[in-house]
Amino acid sequence: MTDLTVPKPRSELGEIVYHLVRDPLGLTGLVIVLLILASALFAPWIAPYDPIALNVPDRLQGPGAAHLLGTDQLGRDTFSRVIWGGRVALQVALPTIGGAILIGLLLGMIAGYGPKWIDNLIVLLFDTVRSFPTVMFALAVVALVGPSLNTVIVVIMVTSVPTYGRVVRTLTQSLKEAEFITAEKSLGASTPRIMTVHILPNVLGPLAVLAAMDIPTVVGLEAGLSFLGMGVKPPTPSWGSLLNDGYNLIRNTPWLIIAGGIPLILTTIGFTFLGEALRDVVDPKLRGKGGK
Amino acid sequence: MAVLDIQKLSVSYATPRGELKALRDVSITVPDRKIVGIVGESGCGKSTLISAIIRLMAPNAHVGSGQVAFKGEDLLTKGEAQIRALRGTQISMVFQDPMQTHNPVLTVGRQMIDIQYRDALSKAEKRKRAVDMLALVGIPDPEARLNQYPFEFSGGMRQRIAIAMALMARPALLIADEPTTALDATLEVQIIKRLRELQDEIGCSILFISHHLGVIAELCDEVVVMYAGEVVEAGSVRDVFHSPAHPYTRALLECDPGHIKEKTRNLPTIPGNIPDLVNLPSGCIFAARCPRRFDACTARPAMAEASAGHGTACHLIGMEMTA
Repeated sequence: MTDLTVPKPRSELGEIVYHLVRDPLGLTGLVIVLLILASALFAPWIAPYDPIALNVPDRLQGPGAAHLLGTDQLGRDTFSRVIWGGRVALQVALPTIGGAILIGLLLGMIAGYGPKWIDNLIVLLFDTVRSFPTVMFALAVVALVGPSLNTVIVVIMVTSVPTYGRVVRTLTQSLKEAEFITAEKSLGASTPRIMTVHILPNVLGPLAVLAAMDIPTVVGLEAGLSFLGMGVKPPTPSWGSLLNDGYNLIRNTPWLIIAGGIPLILTTIGFTFLGEALRDVVDPKLRGKGGK
Repeated sequence: MAVLDIQKLSVSYATPRGELKALRDVSITVPDRKIVGIVGESGCGKSTLISAIIRLMAPNAHVGSGQVAFKGEDLLTKGEAQIRALRGTQISMVFQDPMQTHNPVLTVGRQMIDIQYRDALSKAEKRKRAVDMLALVGIPDPEARLNQYPFEFSGGMRQRIAIAMALMARPALLIADEPTTALDATLEVQIIKRLRELQDEIGCSILFISHHLGVIAELCDEVVVMYAGEVVEAGSVRDVFHSPAHPYTRALLECDPGHIKEKTRNLPTIPGNIPDLVNLPSGCIFAARCPRRFDACTARPAMAEASAGHGTACHLIGMEMTA
């Protein structure tokens, strides 16, 4: 190293992306995630067939040139349904996680920084929500308002809030006692300033990691609820309904259930890798030390 | 006029064992453009005193009586918004551990610019001021270093940055809570020298808390000796260090390795422990450990003048005068 000049500063986001793509784990995760996002976004152009068009004469065909992943019992192209199913999965996962993060962040920071009684109240709320198993909760809600994509989104969002809220609360509590917060106070920082400028950036990193790792869970939940018939209504393609169809025909046409399972596995791997790599990258101290 | 005038301040903590009387009738004056040192062992109330001045007290702390006058106004009666307006602009603080005093996920520049939020300046001007302050405290290449994170600096550098941030608004009073304790000896000397120069340049007063007698002697104009929540002796550094009037001050000076002439294996200590601040002994607070205790010590001594501007809370003063 002969060049001793300080490198030109990148923006915080640029810094994160730069180190992320240099980490093989992060790069793999990022590529898979981008592929999933792209296939969901451009589903109408990528999918060779209409995912809900029936073609009964060609039903239950094996993988081949005409149908890459074969067809289901109604002759619908499985590959097209997988692509379109990804769209549904992300349509559920992104607003769910986004909403859960926002609400969790707000409640968690209030609970962690505010007075004891508010903390107790919010924790009680978290515990109450958490005490219902998600599927049971979903069953009850679906029984009340009927199955739909929006029901799935709301149910998963509500049950995810405590996960984020608790992490934020714990982080805020320990940050609140940190000496640099006292130092900032001694220099005249107000409570809103402490919360937004100093606590928030310290919480966002771990939260981003948690969110990346949580996306597969939510996608899985959506698939699970659709599998149970509580999610998206047929004929809308979803990975869960693909699994459901495949499950019924597993003896004769195993490729159906495989086709529904692989995107789930890929999603899990992609987002988990991304989350793992993010963990090393969002902390400026660990940056560039995790990957080789 | 005194920048800071603390009169008869008493602070206690509510604990499960009862009321812990951390400070009792503490009076300390910090004159304009002077450096006043507070020295005392752990648990003597130094930190409680600072937290009371800057009003960042623990939730279970309670000010019993007294006043903390800053430029003639009592800080203890001010509202939260008023006191916050003073923090960082009129009264600033530097903390003990430089490794903990900066937000780890923000660049130094961002933190230095953000803390100027009260000033109606453009971002470029604020940045310029941050650069100037870093240069002033002796950070080389400050322009580039603003883009670095706290962990990319050494402990000594971080303490300089903390000092730069505290002095950014040119406050009238800087409170330094053992700012060199976490640093090694050479850095300590550098920071002390720099503080002296900065105090001169900015024209502020400094309240310097330390348990290092050598540093106090080097840096301060006046010194206050505290023991178990009370001021036992106060005066100019010269008077207190050359002719200590209180037995505790004497014992403290004798324990300072810098003062010991002969080689010894065991450093001298003051026998005994500090008293229980929940169940205070009546009479002189130091009596139980005092080598020169006598009958009068069962009564609490008042602050008496040992010489002009040099006071001590010890019954021996009157005795020696008459003896």
